[in-house]
Order: sequence, then structure tokens, then C-alpha cells
Amino acid sequence: MKPGAAKQGTRGGTRGVSIFAQAHAKWVGLALIAVALIGLPFALASVGTAWVRIANLAILFVFLSLGLNIVVGFAGLLDLGYIAFYAVGAYAYALLASPHFNLHLPFWVILPMGALVACLFGVLLGAPTLKLRGDYLAIVTLGFGEIVRIFLNNLSQPVNITNGPQGISRIDPFRFGSFSFSQTETLLGLVFSGPIKYYYLLLLLLLLVIVVNLRLQHSRIGRAWEAVREDEIAARAMGIDTTSIKLLAFAMGASFGGVAGGMFAAIQGFISPESFVLVESVMVLSMVVLGGMGNVWGVVLGAVLLSFVPELLRYTVEPLQKSLFGRSVIEPEVIRMLLFGLALVLMMLYRPAGLLPSVVRKRELAKPEEM
Amino acid sequence: MDIFLQQIINGLTLGSVYAVVALGYTMVYGIIQLINFAHGEVVMIGAMVAFSVITALAGTALPPVLIVFAGILAAVPVCMLVGYAMERIAYRPLRGAPRLAPLITAIGISIILQHLALLVWSRNPLAFPQIIPLASFEVGGAIITGVQIAIILTSVLMMGGLTLMVYRTKLGIAMRATSQNPQVAGLMGIDIDRIIAFTFIVGAALGAVAGVMVGTYYGIAHYSMGSLLGMKAFSAAVLGGIGNLAGAMLGGILLGIVEALAAGYIGDLTNNVFGSNYQDVFAFLVLIAVLVFRPSGLLGERVGDRA
Repeated sequence: MKPGAAKQGTRGGTRGVSIFAQAHAKWVGLALIAVALIGLPFALASVGTAWVRIANLAILFVFLSLGLNIVVGFAGLLDLGYIAFYAVGAYAYALLASPHFNLHLPFWVILPMGALVACLFGVLLGAPTLKLRGDYLAIVTLGFGEIVRIFLNNLSQPVNITNGPQGISRIDPFRFGSFSFSQTETLLGLVFSGPIKYYYLLLLLLLLVIVVNLRLQHSRIGRAWEAVREDEIAARAMGIDTTSIKLLAFAMGASFGGVAGGMFAAIQGFISPESFVLVESVMVLSMVVLGGMGNVWGVVLGAVLLSFVPELLRYTVEPLQKSLFGRSVIEPEVIRMLLFGLALVLMMLYRPAGLLPSVVRKRELAKPEEM
Repeated sequence: MDIFLQQIINGLTLGSVYAVVALGYTMVYGIIQLINFAHGEVVMIGAMVAFSVITALAGTALPPVLIVFAGILAAVPVCMLVGYAMERIAYRPLRGAPRLAPLITAIGISIILQHLALLVWSRNPLAFPQIIPLASFEVGGAIITGVQIAIILTSVLMMGGLTLMVYRTKLGIAMRATSQNPQVAGLMGIDIDRIIAFTFIVGAALGAVAGVMVGTYYGIAHYSMGSLLGMKAFSAAVLGGIGNLAGAMLGGILLGIVEALAAGYIGDLTNNVFGSNYQDVFAFLVLIAVLVFRPSGLLGERVGDRA
């Protein structure tokens, strides 16, 4: 995406018919993608509703990856506890819209609140650590993720807040008046099941998030992040308040995670601390790294790939192993994790800028010349 | 009084394990300014290998001490190999790259090691065979077990040995020179690549012994035990001042004692609002407090703030 755009710019002189045709082709391509995305849930539903749910989770992971990309990709801060913000958002939603406290606030009130609470946590964590060098931040965020999980697990006594390891169930779905996202409806002969309705909502929100991210990247803030990432000292010399700009990245990434968490809670209807373990943080990080840190489209690609490939593996490797050895030798879950680990290592070694590298990132991650 | 003393003894035991693991972090950090996230997994592998050997030998007539020793003897070379492979594959090619790159490969290596261990040793917690007689002694109202004494003694021995190696041998001089300035050390005829690999290997060997100690102390090994232990040991290294050997030892022991005391008293102090199930939180609270108030650690000399 990016390299092409850059080339177009430098070729300024040959502007004319060919460019016009190119732009035309671009719109056709976009229209095709849009049609495919709109038709996707029905195609998936014909295979099985489980696949629509997988698609929904994939979109949530795109959400999360885009949020983490702000922190890791744009600002260059390694956050290993990102899933904690997801957890905060999910629990905020679950506590305010479930029989647990008998609160049933509407989702358009809770989602922004969840974002705000997650943002607050982000600032809380970032403020003491962002003045320090990057790798301390990595380990502190790792610890923070664990702390949040420990608290979720144990805050069932003396006052039952989180219901401990059992988690919170019967969480309200999204609802507009009498229109609930969990019911199946038939419109124009098409069956809209709950997951399909969520799919369209998520898709719409995702579009919004992508636009926000793209705009953010080239804004004054985005350029400040880039400067801090590339050379913090130089950025400071240029008059950027590095601590607050990093804190901003952290807070924004956290609030994205919070919103995604709220949607996760609503879609699943049930959450427990088990959904927010360290491995999930690593998974989101792998998505960002695989796609290309700092490049919005790359991150989207990475998240979609890493969401679907493991599911495909589950449906191919399992039967394959059964037919070869008569039993499942390696659990798909383990294969998935090994793949994530390998993706992280191999990408860093051979293609550090990701599958779809951002132009700046590519230049930056290239090995510096001997001085 | 006896609870206090008891918790000090428990903390001292746990702390010496943290200290030995923290040494692995601090040595690598001191020499190439890298947080070796996968070090905790090395410790885990040490515990797992030792588990296999000890279980295999548990039925024989060998004396228990010898069996545990055999476990250590098997775990150390395996972990050294893992440490060396890790450095060669994931860190050396990225030595000139931006800081974020080796951090990410470290996470990847850690995930890979964990799940390879899961494949080899299964998902379930493995119980170490109870072969060591539970000898215990009473000291001023508190009880100290033979295992605890052995752990503390072994740790002290290893820390002493490491200090001697770093400050009294030619290899140690080369290590310190490399950590001060790799370029100049290279000009002085030091093979930096070898020294760095050697640092990883020594750290891994210490980690292996620590793994065996943790395994026999808790009586259990698990494929995911490394990450929490690693994080705590790292916190200990930061508490003492990362890059500083004495700091890692001091930090480890302090952290162990803080953790044990906190776990022992938190229930009473907070009227049982928080219980000892929050034990794991303290290491991070200590870490964050150190980073806020004294980022160079207790004995650290450098204040790092370069991104």
C-alpha cells in the first residue's frame, strides 16, 4: 500500500491518463473488497455459525492489534501487558450490564466508560514508567498484566466484585430499545443470526477505527510519536514533550483495548480471568509484528492471518494427525503457540518491518551502517 | 516472633533462588544491555530435565543426595546448550538492530521453549518424587528444613564462585571489559562474540541449578513456571541495580524476604481483605516502586534513560 503511494508521488511528471486509470482500478478493487466483506458472514454461516463467531473474534483482534500498534508501532514502546486493558474494558462492561450487580446500563454508555477506565489504567501504568528506557517498560507492563489478572482472580472476597475464577456470565448483549443483537431476525428472506448482526456492527466500528488510525498516523501527534520512536533525544531537542507524548500513545492504545474488551464481553456473554492471560498479549503482539509495526494495513493483515490460520490448522492438522498416527499427537493449541513464537523470531530476523512494512519503519529497522 | 523468624527463613530460601536467577539477567544485561526475557524458561527447562532424571533414578538404591546431584548434572549442560543456542539464533544476528527487535525475539523464544517443554513433559504439573528425607531443625521457634539449608548453601557457593570468576580470572576480566566497552575490548584482542556467548552459558548454568532448587523446594515443576519466576528475578535484579552482580544477589534476597513477610502478614494487616494469594503482586509493586524512586537500583551506578 505505502510503497506504491510513495512511488506515485515521486513520479509526479508522468501524471495523467495512467494515474487516472489506476485510481479507477483502486475504486473497483475497494468496491470488490466491500462486497466480499458484506457477503462474508453469509458465506461463513453456510459452513457453520462457528465460523461467523471466528470472524467476529478476528475483527476484535484487528481492533486490539490496531490499539497495540499505536503503542508499539507508532510510538515504539513495547507493551507486554496489553491484554490487561482488554480485560479492564471487558470487566467494566460485564459489571455494568449483567445480573451480577443487577445493573443493566445500555452499551453506548458503557463502552465509552470502559474506554475511559482503560485509559485511566494506561495513564496509571505509564506515568511512573515512561520516563525510563523502553525495556523497563516492557517488563513493567508484563507485570501489570499479571497483577490485573491476579486481582480479577481474587477480588471475589471479602466483597464479591469480579466473581473470581468463575467469571461473570449472562452479560447483556448490545441492545437498541427492543432491537437486540443476540436475537435472530429474518429480513428480505435473509436470516440474520446474532453473530451476523454483531459482524456488521463490528465491521462498521472497525472501519471507523481504521480511519481514525490512518488520520492519527499522519497528524501532528502521529509524527511526534514517530520522532520519539526513531530518536527520543533528538525528538526532545526538537521541542517534543516526550513523556507526555508517550503517555498519550499509551492512553490511546489502552482505550482502544478497553472498547474491544467491552465488545468482547457483550458478544461472548461470559468472561473469566482465563481470557486475559499473558499468552493473549503475546498473540496480539505477534499480529502487530507479523503484519508490520506502524503500518495500519499491515497490522490488519497480520491480525486477520493470525486469527484465521490457527483455526484452519485446527480443522486440517487435527484430522491429518488422526489419520496418520491414529490420535492427536500435537494439540492444535500448541501448534498455534509455536507458530506465534516462530513468527516473532523469524520476522525479527528476516523481515523486521513485517509483511506489509511501513516505509519509515523499514528504513529504521534496517541495520545501521558501521560508524 | 516465631512467625516472623519462620517467614525470614522462607524468604531467605526463596530469595537465594531469586538471586541466582537474577544473576543470569544481570550478567546478560551488564554485557549487552538486553533483557533476556527467555531466561525464566531456561530455569524451567532446568527443573524439567532434573525432574526426568530424578524420577528415573528414584527407584534405584542410590542415596537421595546423589540423585539430586545427578539431576543437576544433567540439567546444567542442557540449559547451557539452550542458552548458547538462544544467543546464537535470536540475539547475535540482532546485535546492531534497534532495541525493540531482540526484545521481540526474546518473547518469541520464550513462547517456543515453553511449548516445546509442554510437548515433551505434558501440560500437567509434574510432582517431584519425595526422596529427600524431610529432616528439619528448630531454630528459635522456627523450623528450617534440610532442603532449605541446602538451597541457601548452594546459592551462596554459586554466588561466591561467580564472584571469584568475574573478579579473579582472565575470563572475568574479559567479561568486564566487554561490558564497559565492546569496541575497545575487541581492540584489546578479546573475542567479544565468545565472551557474550560465554556470559549466556554461565547465566544458563546458574539458571539450571536454580530450576532444580525451585523444583525440589516446591516439589513441583510446570511448563509455565518460568515466566513468573523470571519476572520476579528480573524485579530482583532491578531492585539491586541491573548490571551489578552484588546488586542482583542483594536484590534477590531482599525480594524473597519482602515477599515472604508480606505473604505472612498481609492478612493481619488488612483485616483479611487481602490474603496471601496476593503474594505474587509484591514483586511487581517493588519493581514499580524502585523504577519510580530509584531507577538505578540499590547498588546500581548508571541511571538509564536512553530509549
